[in-house]
Amino acid sequence: MEHGSLDDSSSSTFSIMEEDHTLANSVRFVLNQDPRVAFCGYSIPHPAENKVNIRVQTTGDPAKDVLKDALQDLMVMCHHIRGTLDTAVADFRGNKPAEAMDIDLNKK
Amino acid sequence: MGVDNSVSVEKFCKNFKIEINRLTEDDMEFDMIGIDASIANAFRRILIAEVPTMAIEKIFMVDNTSVIADEVLSHRLGLIPLHADPRLFDYISVKSSELEWLPEGSQLSMAAPAQSGDKQKTFTSFSQSQKEILEKPLGVKFKDITIARLGPGQAIELEAHAVKGVGKVHAKWSPVATAWYRMLPEVVILKEIEGDDAEELVKKCPVNVFDIEDLGNGGKRAVAKPRACTLCRECVMGPNGNQVELRRVRDHFIFTIESTGALPPEVLFTEAVKILEEKCERVISELS
Repeated sequence: MEHGSLDDSSSSTFSIMEEDHTLANSVRFVLNQDPRVAFCGYSIPHPAENKVNIRVQTTGDPAKDVLKDALQDLMVMCHHIRGTLDTAVADFRGNKPAEAMDIDLNKK
Repeated sequence: MGVDNSVSVEKFCKNFKIEINRLTEDDMEFDMIGIDASIANAFRRILIAEVPTMAIEKIFMVDNTSVIADEVLSHRLGLIPLHADPRLFDYISVKSSELEWLPEGSQLSMAAPAQSGDKQKTFTSFSQSQKEILEKPLGVKFKDITIARLGPGQAIELEAHAVKGVGKVHAKWSPVATAWYRMLPEVVILKEIEGDDAEELVKKCPVNVFDIEDLGNGGKRAVAKPRACTLCRECVMGPNGNQVELRRVRDHFIFTIESTGALPPEVLFTEAVKILEEKCERVISELS
């Protein structure tokens, strides 16, 4: 849900249901990396209610588009993290039998 | 789409590294380098509360003559980790209060129900109502967990339904014993320290972070294992305290994940990353 002004689409507050610090803080971080963003922050109006408000103020571009870009970037980062982890696990498992042999040598 | 925007993501992808320290069936310790605290914390939160698991949710008691009360026994059963891959199951479509007895009744293979006065006999069996899903029956991960102790003549007969859920609703559905991270400590030596001062510093540290390098005239102390540092601040106390500065590296996270057994830890982390992606997708589709 977007709360903003009709003539000025560069600043608005996005109210997202069923979310908490997990997504909001990550999105806030990615938004802050974007040079188009003048101000960005999030707040949780009440801890008992599962809602988070993300405020985005840009240097001219519509805030909605900037937020969407940030979310896409976060998805790209997650994808990259998954790939890196898979490679690291495969490497670790590939090297492990060699390490086990080394340990035996040391014991002797 | 701004060009500048994609540059920061590319920079992230170039600098991001994962180094695995320890990987066993039950736990893993790995380093994530080049990531921000907000995203590392997001993964930790998702691992604890939002990766789904199977746990016993509804129990129909047939017979409980043990000293453990029904509700206490049910609570214990709910907390037992089950050896089931939650990805093969769907979330339940009926509310848990509408679950019903199995139509054929108890499927235990005992010939007759236990009577008081029978010789002490323990019998544990699990059967799931949808045998087509798995070739091997659903069971517990650790067979040495004591659920209840029975005296002579006591019996427990019950029917348990396991349901897929997330840790946010109840901690029994949390797939990790726990998951945590710490940031890599950074020990910086501001001035060169020689001779006796160096020896004193090496002795001060309870986990042997410092090491002595030999120079021509006197010993020079170097930081050997900053990773082992517990930030106890022993090295900065006392009159010589300002020679050493203790900091944390802002983007180096040492993650530890201890799994309760449903999924191996590297799969758990992959699921957590997938869940963060799904959250982003959900918000994107809400915005459009």
